[in-house]
Amino acid sequence: MAKVLVVTSGKGGVGKTTSTAALGAALAQMGEKVVVVDFDVGLRNLDLVLGAERRVVFDLINVVQGVAKLSQALIRDKRLENLWLLPASQTRDKDALTDEGVSSIIADLRTRFDWIICDSPAGIERGAMLAMRYADEAVIVTNPEVSSVRDSDRIIGMLDSKTVKAEKGEQVEKHVLVARYDRARAARGEMLSIEDILEILATPLLGIIPESQDVLRASNVGSPVTLNDATSAPARAYIDAARRLKGETVAMMVPVERKGLMDRLLGRRAA
Amino acid sequence: MMNLPRLFGGRAASGRAASAPVARERLQILLSHERGLRGQPDLLELLRAEILAVVSRHVVLDPEKVVVRMERGNNVSTLEVDIEVPNAVEIMIAAAR
Repeated sequence: MAKVLVVTSGKGGVGKTTSTAALGAALAQMGEKVVVVDFDVGLRNLDLVLGAERRVVFDLINVVQGVAKLSQALIRDKRLENLWLLPASQTRDKDALTDEGVSSIIADLRTRFDWIICDSPAGIERGAMLAMRYADEAVIVTNPEVSSVRDSDRIIGMLDSKTVKAEKGEQVEKHVLVARYDRARAARGEMLSIEDILEILATPLLGIIPESQDVLRASNVGSPVTLNDATSAPARAYIDAARRLKGETVAMMVPVERKGLMDRLLGRRAA
Repeated sequence: MMNLPRLFGGRAASGRAASAPVARERLQILLSHERGLRGQPDLLELLRAEILAVVSRHVVLDPEKVVVRMERGNNVSTLEVDIEVPNAVEIMIAAAR
């Protein structure tokens, strides 16, 4: 049965689009049929991160307004035959998105794909609300930083009240994905630890994505980080997270918070 | 040897106290407050409506003249209810019924 997954955060710049692309590509590589949907109307970027920016003809709004058929707007990835993109409109206003339009597109996508991954815009406005509205599951991307954790908490509250599932008395299955984690800084008490974040948000952990130059390198060339260099640290973390989304049990590589004496003495350089 | 302080008392490498515990504590306090407000953003509106209903059973009131205000202090918060009651002519004592 198809699953609708929203990648959300409240705060901008924490890694929603990177995570959408990386998780989508990882699931597609595992044989799942995946569509990633960009809900950031007016500020689309998922096409760019996926390297499909020059292939966009029709978009989500065109489909909502009946200008194009869904099949015309879907773009198939050139590297992964199981990965598709439904881009956002760059020229329209976010108000062009309607609840009815999104509802019918999601229903249609459910018949065609195993995973429908909705890349939410930042904020808590219409675009973000509609991105989460029909979700079965949610990935809340959080950076180990106070403003990001606060916004994640707010978004968790909305997932529990404003989604169709919540209104039916059911629960959206929520997962926290900690991105830009620097284990050396956390070990030195300079950054919120994974334990701190999970305790505050009281939501299960999907994965820990280390701060890494590989993420920028991948987006520079328009390739999901899991595809660009599958052996890099962030790619491995995303692949593990994708396997957990599929229900597999994968040991969590929680970076060690307490280091040995030698590590601590040398800790600054080890970062 | 420069790193010795870190071995004791949880100080960060720079010699400054670790800031993450401060972040955690600030977040815990803030979020417990924000979560309390969530789901009941119209608490004041609800209070206003119910107070209006109760008082209206005994006194004729202009709904616009019932003001409910909440002020949050460090230790205590105050709830201020300001009801403008018209002059005696219009007052109906329930007992008179």
